[in-house]
Amino acid sequence: MSFLHYWRAMWGIVGRELWRFVTQRERFISALVRPLVWLFVFAAGFRAALGLAITPPYETYILYEVYITPGLIGMIQLFNGMQSSLSMVYDREMGSMRILMVCPLPRWFLLLSKLLAGTGVSILQVYVFLAIAWFYDIHAPWQGYLWIMPTLLLSGLMLGALGLLLSSFIKQLENFAGVMNFVIFPMFFMSTALYPLWKMKESSVFLSKLAEYNPFSQAVEMIRFALYGQFDQQAFIYTLVAFLLFMAAAIVGYNPSKGMMVKKGGA
Amino acid sequence: MSSQTALSIENLTFSYGGKKALDQLGFSINSGECTLLLGPNGAGKSTLFSLITRLYDSHEGQIELCGFNVKQQTRQALAKLGVVFQQTTLDMDLSVMQNLRYHTSLHGLGRKVALQRIQQELERLNMYERRFEKIRQLNGGHRRRVEIARALLHKPALLLLDEPTVGLDVPSRLAIVEYVHQLVAEEKLAVLWASHLIDEIYPEDHLIVLHKGQIKAKGTVDEVLLNTGTTSIKDAFYSLTQGEQA
Repeated sequence: MSFLHYWRAMWGIVGRELWRFVTQRERFISALVRPLVWLFVFAAGFRAALGLAITPPYETYILYEVYITPGLIGMIQLFNGMQSSLSMVYDREMGSMRILMVCPLPRWFLLLSKLLAGTGVSILQVYVFLAIAWFYDIHAPWQGYLWIMPTLLLSGLMLGALGLLLSSFIKQLENFAGVMNFVIFPMFFMSTALYPLWKMKESSVFLSKLAEYNPFSQAVEMIRFALYGQFDQQAFIYTLVAFLLFMAAAIVGYNPSKGMMVKKGGA
Repeated sequence: MSSQTALSIENLTFSYGGKKALDQLGFSINSGECTLLLGPNGAGKSTLFSLITRLYDSHEGQIELCGFNVKQQTRQALAKLGVVFQQTTLDMDLSVMQNLRYHTSLHGLGRKVALQRIQQELERLNMYERRFEKIRQLNGGHRRRVEIARALLHKPALLLLDEPTVGLDVPSRLAIVEYVHQLVAEEKLAVLWASHLIDEIYPEDHLIVLHKGQIKAKGTVDEVLLNTGTTSIKDAFYSLTQGEQA
């Protein structure tokens, strides 16, 4: 198997996903509507209720809309990661996953390519969201728009790998909805996406600890710092390790010898 | 093992939990042979296909594709394999061409070779004119043709067909049966074809009758008839599976 084979296969998988996304306008619009509603409605309502102190990476007082923008970027990637995994469960039920799994490439590579494809789609969504937010007077330094690209790649991979791991345990689409509720909402609300840790600590030290160790919080903080041209090393390492752990577990889950595939009787 | 052996299976056993789905299976298929796999529902046909394609893994027995062990030399083995699954595995929202290009990229074919092979396979199936149509716009028979074309794009030595004619009208079904037999005769392709339909069997075909995870009969059509003391495949099948439907 040559390097060229891997390259072509990866582009085949990524290109297919991007093409599907671009041609499915409803999916594109609905992916944007969710964070925009949070930005235009929820943030406007919360602006008065929540006072924010000056904390890094911010050097001055900021509007609540500015604070939650990285959290909403994380939200886009979280939902996208779960949706990609949902599509894998669907593909598996419909059988089209089999075509991918019987091609002559290592399974870890195929899964990683699927993840990259999903992450690519989420990065597109994020930039469109940031463009709309710019017109809503949410501006970051220009270099921040470049710096977030690699962090979006890592956070997208981490959240996608989590979805992939979940999809390896789920047999039917109906079960996926339940798991989404148990994963997406706790992950999102128990994080620094909507409120800073110190604010949460005022209400509950326990919850703030959970939020601190939530990989989604770390991904959001990594994005937040990158958007202002700064590098949050701890958040980067935490997100990277979470990605590697989720990915390794997902590969085991999709392994025909060790994983859940045989137990579920589907591929 | 002969160099012409496309598929070789020895002592293959597989269980779901404690329930045995396949029990000590053993057979081989040479290039230029079309082997029909007959068996009632639950006989183990789909499980066997999942093991050959390595969607499942067995701890007992071995499967070799063109001399490559499926478990130890998975990639080399899978490169020799073309598959048409029972369920349609095409992307409905993509065109015929996009579906086929996706497959060629998974098999590492370059653009030029891919386009040549796609044209060649689609023309043979009279589908080239429809290459830019979305799969959703095609009828069941045409979708199956696209799937067969796709399975042949990377020039496999063995073609696995898991009941590809189910749900098709008679002309579509006959066209596919004839085309596959033509491939076997002219291109020396090895075919393993799971089927419920006895009229899809040609006199020169080989048969494997699978029942409750065990091979009840194997050989040419004449050999199976001789061994069962029957005069038709239908009678032979009924006697081997005690009246259960294929």
